Amino acid sequence: MPTLKPATSLVVLLIGTRKGALILKSDRSRRTWKLSGPQFLGHIVHHLVLDPRDRRTLLAAARTGHLGPTVFRSTDFGKSWQEAKAPPAFPKVPEGQKGLVVDHVFWLTPGHMSEQGVWYAGTSPQGLFRSENGGTTWEGVTGFNDHPLRRQWTGGEQDGTPDGPKMHSILIDPRDPNHLYIGMSSGGVFESTDKGKTWAPLNKGCRADFLPNPEPEYGHDPHCVRLHPLKPDRLYQQNHCGIYRMERAEGRWIRIGEHMPKKIGDIGFSLVLHPRDPDTVWVFPMDGTEVWPRVSPEGKPAVYVTRNAGKAWTRQDKGFPKSQAWWTVKRQAMTADTHEPVGLYFGTTSGEIWASRTAGASWTCLVRNLPEIYSVETAEL
Amino acid sequence: MTVHIPSPLRSYTKQQAEVNVDGSSLEEVLSALDSCYPGFRFRVITEQDTIRKHIRIFVNEEQALDLSAALRRDDEIHIICALSGG
Repeated sequence: MPTLKPATSLVVLLIGTRKGALILKSDRSRRTWKLSGPQFLGHIVHHLVLDPRDRRTLLAAARTGHLGPTVFRSTDFGKSWQEAKAPPAFPKVPEGQKGLVVDHVFWLTPGHMSEQGVWYAGTSPQGLFRSENGGTTWEGVTGFNDHPLRRQWTGGEQDGTPDGPKMHSILIDPRDPNHLYIGMSSGGVFESTDKGKTWAPLNKGCRADFLPNPEPEYGHDPHCVRLHPLKPDRLYQQNHCGIYRMERAEGRWIRIGEHMPKKIGDIGFSLVLHPRDPDTVWVFPMDGTEVWPRVSPEGKPAVYVTRNAGKAWTRQDKGFPKSQAWWTVKRQAMTADTHEPVGLYFGTTSGEIWASRTAGASWTCLVRNLPEIYSVETAEL
Repeated sequence: MTVHIPSPLRSYTKQQAEVNVDGSSLEEVLSALDSCYPGFRFRVITEQDTIRKHIRIFVNEEQALDLSAALRRDDEIHIICALSGG
């Protein structure tokens, strides 16, 4: 397995919110932070992501309440922005037919390190798009978007989140740019080994308790899927129906969330991997009982960590409110840096940014009073 | 003809609240707007050539439901961000 040396660089948090984007920069010790922004004030920013190939280019997936969706691109780390000339859009269908319309761009993933300028975008409703010019123009990945089974895979418009069905967790095998995974709420996890020309469901072992057949081939609801960069044949997912791990050669999801405390359960949205240890994973559980309140269980926020690939979980809540804290964390709003100890960061539905410089052992609130936070990504400069 | 631009779209029109373009249909007017202000059309019209859910377009005082409406040179177009949300 390759190794990764701990970083000592500045950590920058790229924050997407319901009302714009913000950037939070640390010093080298990660003790002092400076907030700048908002940019795109009033726009819904679902995802703000740095291109790790040049560490300068940022892409933002944005829309406003009234206007259609678009992607903005900055090549100077957010000083100036240009809008995509051709944002992700489904093809026009012949008169009399009902065609798909992109409601919003939900997810952005930079392409493989060897493919300069390549990006992928996932949309609501579920569509996969690719740019080969750094996000200036986007084309649909027809192997998915035009697949005759796409409608069956994804279900209807009602088969998604309250904010619409989504494609997310676009993962690229660091060994092979042709090997892709996607997650869909709903639809499940799918895999392609030919850069998106063909796709196959990858959901064996994963539950879909909300369907008449709880173990279908597809139709699942993964909330967040991660692939370990140093061990790419290991996948984790936080699903609507629990926390899972897969060794790709086995091809079956194992419910590692069964080892979570029963009164907490294993429902949540975000899942974060340790950058150097494929056995260490953090999750942020939420209340998924009865009507799905989507808040911290009992109003007591806590992170849970496993250091043995899901055999046992430990609660980490030092620094969090002890009661009456009814927030939670969305699927792309929790992340890690590559320092030692690992820094963990998340943004809440109540507009707070929390950080741990101690791999979750203790937590500090860095910022309060932001809009509802949709995404937090780490950039190390 | 005159097209009235709502504030969320004025970043495209260099903050102009009114612009003048030619066209014999709404489709042509929106194409002309997009030529002058690239990206404008997609924020208002979907890839299926329908008016977006929270956008209204009026020709004089009559709401247009699609882009086929024929226009006269002295018509006024109002693009409105519909009341929505809270």
